[in-house]
Amino acid sequence: MTLATMLGMLGEGFIMTLKIFALTLLGSMPLGILIALGRMSKIKPIQFLFQAYISIMRGTPLMLQMFAIYFAPYYVFGIELSPSSKFNATIVAFILNYAAYFAEIYRGGIQSIPRGQYEAASVLGYSSVQTFMKIVLPQVFKRILPATCNEIVTLVKDTSLAFSIGVAEMFSSAKALVASQVTMTPFLFAAAFYWVFCLLIEIVMGKIEKKLDYYHD
Amino acid sequence: MSESKLPVVRLQDVHKSFGDNEVLKGISLEVNKGEVVAIIGASGGGKSTLLRCATLLEEFDRGSLSYGDVQVAQDVDGHAQYGGKKVIGAAKEKFGLVFQNFNLFPHYTVLKNVMDAPICVQKRDKQEVEKEARAILARMGLEGKEDLVPCELSGGQQQRVAIARALCMNPTILFFDEPTSALDPELTQEVLRVIRFLASEHMTMVIVTHEMGFARDVADRIIFMDGGVIVEEGPAEELITNPKHERTRAFLSKLGD
Repeated sequence: MTLATMLGMLGEGFIMTLKIFALTLLGSMPLGILIALGRMSKIKPIQFLFQAYISIMRGTPLMLQMFAIYFAPYYVFGIELSPSSKFNATIVAFILNYAAYFAEIYRGGIQSIPRGQYEAASVLGYSSVQTFMKIVLPQVFKRILPATCNEIVTLVKDTSLAFSIGVAEMFSSAKALVASQVTMTPFLFAAAFYWVFCLLIEIVMGKIEKKLDYYHD
Repeated sequence: MSESKLPVVRLQDVHKSFGDNEVLKGISLEVNKGEVVAIIGASGGGKSTLLRCATLLEEFDRGSLSYGDVQVAQDVDGHAQYGGKKVIGAAKEKFGLVFQNFNLFPHYTVLKNVMDAPICVQKRDKQEVEKEARAILARMGLEGKEDLVPCELSGGQQQRVAIARALCMNPTILFFDEPTSALDPELTQEVLRVIRFLASEHMTMVIVTHEMGFARDVADRIIFMDGGVIVEEGPAEELITNPKHERTRAFLSKLGD
């Protein structure tokens, strides 16, 4: 097998990796805001519910959550599993899991904004929505960038967990190539793919951080 | 009574507790148009709480509050009953507050700090607001600083931006909560100069301060608070030089040390 064929197969897997990565971010980052707001709710039962959600999502393995979500439709509702079930289950599990982590990052950011900012906004007559959107959120965004970058980079590598459920992402391709070609080289290439991808994310996030560096408090 | 004769702000028999701790024990205060009132007293005497109640950052338990013809809270059977959203909004148009820690919005430029609320809250015309904001900043001695962000300014400059931000809302009364307590003596003077200037323009103001000399110069009336009550109040000069009450004397003599 030529190197080009090998890279081509890895590349195909990488497209699946990218898909999992992008869909997870797209779903979990907004969902995280809702969960964070629920977690900070003044209504105790709601607060407790979201606290429990976050605890379970963070306290059990993502791999296990994937299996649970994959098999639940069949065992609970008797729905036949289709070829696309694996991929769908993976995306749902990733979104639900990562939203819990993002929610805690958001919560930390929101709670780090000094009381005085809310008070100044209140005296000036800003509504609570205006206060959140114009005063709090932009400052939160800057504060949570490093933690968010951490989480996004972790997600790049976590996509390889989809291998365990049989989704053909890059790690699965590498593993198959290692077995069939009897060489460790595919693993090396896969590692390089992951690392370069993460490096790009670091560069982009670094640029955004720099852009927001015009102020500090 | 015509609108212009109404006091700018009127608090009547205001009580406020935090848990079992009664911080305000029946405060009544009226401030008329053009008047400058200084509130002095030891920490924990209720000065800041009074200001926070007047500016709706805290809700008091008993008593009433009105700004001009806007009745914000009314005493109903010993309970303060606040007006709805509309009333609260109307009241917030009437007053401004300058904080001890400035509380500027760090991500906004100086100009945007001053312009944002008039545009977004009062829905005024952007060009008109910008013209006014630049004029106020110039009066505060901040010409040329419009495009900087707060962290690029000294504490004294930041506090003057905060005063400009409050002024641009065209309030009928401006409250100051220890406006110079976070500043060193030199910067304190530049902020006090600005407040003196506003007094000379007959801006109605209530100032909580520890600067006795300043209070005596700038205020028409001084109020001494201790233990959640107004112990003594009177014309500035008289209260400082000839306090009637034993507690006022004790407080003022301690400052002399």
